[in-house]
Formats: sequence, C-alpha cells, structure tokens
Amino acid sequence: MFNPFAKKSAETAPAHVEEKKTAPVPVEEQSTSWTQRLKNGLAKTRQQLGGQLSALFGGGKIDEDIYEELETILLTSDVGINATQHLLAQLRARVKRQDLQDTHALKGALRETLLELLSPLQQPLNVKTHQPFVMMIVGVNGAGKTTTIGKLAKRLQAEGNSVLIAAGDTFRAAAREQLQVWGDRNDVHVVASESGDPAAVIYDAVNSAMAKKIEVVIADTAGRLPTQLHLMDEIKKVQRVIDKALPGAPHEILLVLDANTGQNAVNQLKAFHDALGVTGLVLTKLDGTAKGGVIAAIAHLSQQSARQIPVRFIGVGESIDDLRPFDAAAFVDALLDD
Amino acid sequence: MLENLTGRLQGVIKNLRGQARLTEENISDAMREVRMALLEADVALPVVKDFIARVKERANGREVLQSLTPGQAVIEVVNDELTELMGKANVGLNLAAVPPVVILMAGLQGAGKTTTSGKLAKLLKEQKKKVLLASADVYRPAAITQLQTLAKQLEIDCFDSNPQQKPLDIAAQVMEQARKSYYDVVIFDTAGRLAIDEAMMAEIKDLHTFLKPTETLFVVDAMQGQDAVNTAKAFGETLPLTGVIVTKLDGDARGGAALSVRHVTGKPIKFIGVSEKVDGLEPFHPDRMAGRILGMGDVLSLIEQAHKNVDMAEAQKVAEKLKSGAKFDLEDFKAQMLQMRKMGGMSALMDKMPAQMAGMAQKVNMDDAEKSMRRIEGIINSMTPLERRKPELIKATRKQRIAAGSGVQVQDVNRLLKQFEETQKMMKMFSKGGMAKMMRGLGGMMGGKLPGM
Ligand SMILES: Nc1nc2c(ncn2[C@@H]2O[C@H](COP(=O)(O)OP(=O)(O)OP(=O)(O)O)[C@@H](O)[C@H]2O)c(=O)[nH]1
Ligand SMILES: [Mg+2]
Repeated sequence: MFNPFAKKSAETAPAHVEEKKTAPVPVEEQSTSWTQRLKNGLAKTRQQLGGQLSALFGGGKIDEDIYEELETILLTSDVGINATQHLLAQLRARVKRQDLQDTHALKGALRETLLELLSPLQQPLNVKTHQPFVMMIVGVNGAGKTTTIGKLAKRLQAEGNSVLIAAGDTFRAAAREQLQVWGDRNDVHVVASESGDPAAVIYDAVNSAMAKKIEVVIADTAGRLPTQLHLMDEIKKVQRVIDKALPGAPHEILLVLDANTGQNAVNQLKAFHDALGVTGLVLTKLDGTAKGGVIAAIAHLSQQSARQIPVRFIGVGESIDDLRPFDAAAFVDALLDD
Repeated sequence: MLENLTGRLQGVIKNLRGQARLTEENISDAMREVRMALLEADVALPVVKDFIARVKERANGREVLQSLTPGQAVIEVVNDELTELMGKANVGLNLAAVPPVVILMAGLQGAGKTTTSGKLAKLLKEQKKKVLLASADVYRPAAITQLQTLAKQLEIDCFDSNPQQKPLDIAAQVMEQARKSYYDVVIFDTAGRLAIDEAMMAEIKDLHTFLKPTETLFVVDAMQGQDAVNTAKAFGETLPLTGVIVTKLDGDARGGAALSVRHVTGKPIKFIGVSEKVDGLEPFHPDRMAGRILGMGDVLSLIEQAHKNVDMAEAQKVAEKLKSGAKFDLEDFKAQMLQMRKMGGMSALMDKMPAQMAGMAQKVNMDDAEKSMRRIEGIINSMTPLERRKPELIKATRKQRIAAGSGVQVQDVNRLLKQFEETQKMMKMFSKGGMAKMMRGLGGMMGGKLPGM
C-alpha cells in the first residue's frame, strides 16, 4: 500500500481516491443537536487545533514555515510521527498536483487529506446481523469500558433492541456494582456472579439471552495492559467459551481507547487485535483537552496493513447520552472549523 | 517498561559510538533521531524541543568535542539531561505535619487514583502509620464501594462516605473522624475530572482549602499522550501540587508522560505504579529510570567507578602518546590491564555493562580471563624496560629467559606477543570506535587465544 516515505507514490496517488471524498456521507438519524454536541465535546480540540489552524490559514503564500507549523500541530495532537509525515507528504503532493497557491486553499487540501485518511474508519455498527448479537468490550484499565456499556445499552435500546449486560470484570473492586448502576439506569438486566470466572459469567449471559430471545448481549471485561500476556490468554479463553455457547459469537469485539492516550494506543490495538481480532473501536473522553489525533495514527496504521478497523463510536462525556457514532466528515470539520 | 524508547535511543547510541570525530553535523543527525525517539515515546513536543536544545548545546561544547571518546561523552550528556529532566533524585512523601496528615489525590478520569490510594495506604501501613482512606467521588457509580472494597482487602480503615452528600461535607466528617480516632494519615481520593471542567476544578480547590493537605498528588497515566502536559499544567495552576504519581508503567507505555510532567509542573515524581496488585507502587528514581531508558544497564555507576578508580592522568598520557603517532608498547599494555583490575576486574565490569555488550562477552569465562590477565602481567614483569618499549627485540633467547623468569612456556610468551599485536590494533579501534568495538575485540581475543594459558 501507500508508503508515506516514498515521495513517488505520494505523487502518483490514484485519482479515484480524489473522487471518493466528494461522495456524500450518509446522513444518519441523529438527535437535532448532535453536530453541536460533538462540537461542544470537541470544543477544546477545536480551540487548540482549529484556533491555531485558522490563524495559519488566514491567506498568504504557502511556505516551509507553514508546513513546519502544521507538523507541530499534528504532533501535539497525538497524530504520531509516521501519520504526521504521511499527512504532510500527501498534503504537499496535493498542493503540487492542484497547483495550490495560498493558505486558504491549503486548508481545503488539509481537510481532504484528513478525510481521505479517516473516511474508511467510518462504518456504523450493525447489530441486526445475528441474534443474539454478542459484543465483547475490551481495553486497558480506566479506558471507559464500563461507562461505554452504559451509554451503548441506552443507544441500542432506543434503536429498538432488547439488551442484556454481562458483568465480565470479576477482577477489579466494585466493577460489578458499577455496572449494576448502569443496568439500573437503563432498566436492563445485568448477569453477574460471585464467582471469579469471567468466561462463566458471559457464557451464562449468552445462554440466558438465547432463552429469552434478547437481541444484544454486551459483555464487560476487566481492564488489562498490552504486556500482560497471561491476561490476554485469559480473555482469549473468554472468547472461546462464548463461541461454544453460540458458535460464531462474539460478533463484535469493541476496543475502547481513551482519547488521552498517546502512541501507546497503537500498541493497545495491536495487542488486543492479535489476541482477539478487534472488529471496532470506541474513542472515549473526547470532551477533554486531548485532541483525538491518535485516530489518525490508527487510521494510518490500518491503511498500511490493509486492516481497516472502524471507529464505531466516540465518547464525549460521562452522561448516558454522551456516545456518538463516529462521523469522519463531522470529526474533521469539528477540528478545522471555527 | 519503556522498551520502545530504549530501542530507538540505543540505535542512536550505537551510531554515536561509531563516530571517530564528532562534528556539529553528526551531532545534529543524532539529535534528529533522539527527537523522533522522544516524540514516538509521547514526550511532549515543547519538552522535546527544550531537551534537544540543551543536549545540543552541551554536545557542541568543548568538554565533549575534546573528549577522548566523543560519542561516549554525548551519551553521558543525554543520560545527564534525561536524569535532570526527570528530577535528579528520589523525593519521598512529606508527612512532617501535625497529624492527621492529609494526602489529597487528583487527576483525570481513569488515571488510577483509587487503586493508587489503596497502594499508598498499604505502603504507609507497613510504616506503622494509622491510615484512614476516604473517597469523595460521588459521581462515578460505585467509586466509593471500590475504595471500601480495596480497604477491606488491605485491612485498612475506610470512611463510610455517602454518595448523596457533597464532597466538602464528606471532607468535614472525614477530618472529624480522623482527629477523634487519632489517625496519622488521611488519604483522600477524589473523582476524576477534566481540567477544563470549571465547576469540578472549583470543587477540588475548595476541598484543598478545607483539608489543607500536606501532600497534593497529581496522578497521571503513563500511557497519556501529548496532552499530559496541558492537563498537568492546568491542575498545577488550580492546586498547589506537591508531587506526581505515574501509573500503569508496567505496560509498554513509552513513559513520555513521566518525562514531561515533572518538567512542566516542576513537581517531583514520587511514585510509579508498576502492577495492578496492591503492592505495585514503587518510589521513583530518576537516575535509574534514565539508565533504563537508554538501555545502558547501570552505566551511571559504571561511569562513577571509572572516574573514581581510573587514573585519568595515566589514561590521558596513553591517549596523547597514541595521538602523537607513537606506538602503543608493552608498558602501556600492562598499565591498561592494571586499570581494569582497579575497576574491579572483568566480571565486576561486565555486571554493569549494557545488556547487549554483556551478552557479547558472556561466552568468555571470567575467572579464566582474570587468571590469564595476571599471568600476562607476570610475563611482562620479567621483561627489561627496553624489551617492553621495543617488543620487536624479543627473539628466541630473550623469550627463553622471559619464560623461565615468569614460570611459563615459550609458546605462552609467543601468544602474549601475538595478543599484544592485536591489542595494538584494537587501541586504534578504541580511539575511533569506543567501547562496543573494544568489547567485541576483547571477546574474540579471550575466547580465541587465551584459554590455553
Ligand atoms: N470525560 C469523560 N469521562 C469518561 C468518558 N468515558 C468514561 N469516562 C470516565 O472515565 C473513568 C473510567 O471509566 P470506566 O468506564 O470505569 O473505565 P473502565 O475501562 O471500565 O475501567 P476499568 O474497569 O477500571 O478498567 C470514569 O470516571 C468515567 O466516568 C468520556 O467520554 N468522557
Ligand atoms: Mg470497568
């Protein structure tokens, strides 16, 4: 695939990629103010990134200084060095190809470059493919797994699905109690057990969902770091046991990433993907000052390995409604627009 | 821990060691690599810029450029500055106040405050302190239960917070109980909050004003990216922080947060979290961390030892002599070995060597090597000063005399002379290529030619 360091291929990027960006992004049913909410959620990001950017894009000639400024901005947004170099190479190629002259035009080019990178990650989650549709939520400690489950349950129910939650974090103190609160808030049953075996709890939940014809099962798991190989083995076992309860399940393995995370997010994705085969991502805490640029690093990685793991949702707060489907165009716009 | 940063910096180090001469240009190249390595390790960009500027300035200084091994000298500078960046020496908890001494925990959501509170309590309990844990996290579901469960496991008292109450009211009750029951320390856990959440920041400020903590610790996740510095700065502006705890360092986080946070807050990193278990909290040692980051083993103490034991004037003399084009003779050869002995012999040296070099030399049996070194000394001692200066004079009869004098066979003397020639060659490499090359040479020499002696 595309190699950011090879100037040649940057310049000969296929033309059809160009056209893709103008294809209209499917407009989902959304609460009236969702763009506004996302913008609020991303307010700080915009302030940091957008604020700096609009100053840069005020017009005037495109020179080396502006590229260096862009590099700084991308790096401080956690885009990471590889993706940053890739984006800048793409941008330069585009500027050359389209013979762009001033920084206004450069802004449009940057939007398109970012969009080209991020659009492939926008693939909404479809839970209608199986019944019950079994989801496993995984991630490092404190990423926001349990909170995301609370938000997801609300969302899936609003879309007309019946939901069951499995308390698969049998390790952390009061993890079960925390999840139970989210179950109560959603009026959803939480399958839990006093026993310390996460596989058994989730196995029970899947069986119970099949018996009760419940449409979606969401399984919480304990947080674990990419280096904790024994815990990675443990979660693999959970996956195998679920497959025994319902062949083909789990159908979605959602990796929850904290938007505050730096380049370690890439290691997290690698480790969980190698263990389980991650099928989707959730990026939480985008309501903070973290700029969410790590998405670009991940997009760049998946582009290179031809392994397109979509970003299903973003988290923009601690309340039950603070979960949004990932929308690449809105995301890029929210970053670049004032 | 920190393997990624380590791996990258080692590449740089290897290159630097191989430089015969350091120019502003190859220092610049190396620094570009260091910059990439640090950025990939999530060190904050402003911190990286600062760091590079300082290393560059010192690396271009006389002290380095005129050093015998300039590459090594640059590495020392990087090591120095890394240590400096992380705060030089370990700073412990300050508990010097009228009890109950309060420790206030602050940080973002999911940073690890609650778990760390438990670990800290355990540490203090082991120091025979009477500790009271308390949580004012009335927001996150079951946060209070989490701390209570932990406390129970650790057999430490925990205040029975009511999530319906305001954090400030909880604080008042906690302090009342702590005074009444003569607790030494109160560890006060708070809800995670965003630095831009004004209401929540006001809340923790009020808590601080009321509790008057002796320690206000900022808890930061080692996996945090570039924003760590903004968050740390913002917390530092709201609260008079006294220290930092970096959590989750047992992952493969590149630890950039650890490098940056101290720099922007000016507050020492007091502890690091290295495991999920309740005893996974360690005091932070900046110097050791710098060594680990550079993958250099305990090079600091190796350097110290070298400075202490090696006769610098003597080393200088040999170096000058080599530079002036004079030949490295057997006298110098003996002096070199004496220096090695002074530093504790081969095996002591190897212990402190960076992993990769120690690995290279592992095939060599150290005891044998040391024995043969002493034998070589004996042989050289049996030579006349003239022979030592002009080894080419040593022919058959002289060899017999020397062998008899030192109690060895003639072929041992032959072997030594051959080995000396190799060393002469190696000295050239050493002045050019530094330690790595010399070690390789030594390994080959001992593995191949000495064991017979
Ligand atoms: N501001 C903000 N906070 C969030 C978001 N998502 C989760 N959090 C907070 O992050 C903290 C950790 O969330 P949890 O859901 O407990 O994370 P977890 O991954 O389940 O954690 P462990 O089970 O301990 O590994 C909590 O305080 C949440 O309220 C978000 O989108 N924005
Ligand atoms: Mg959880």
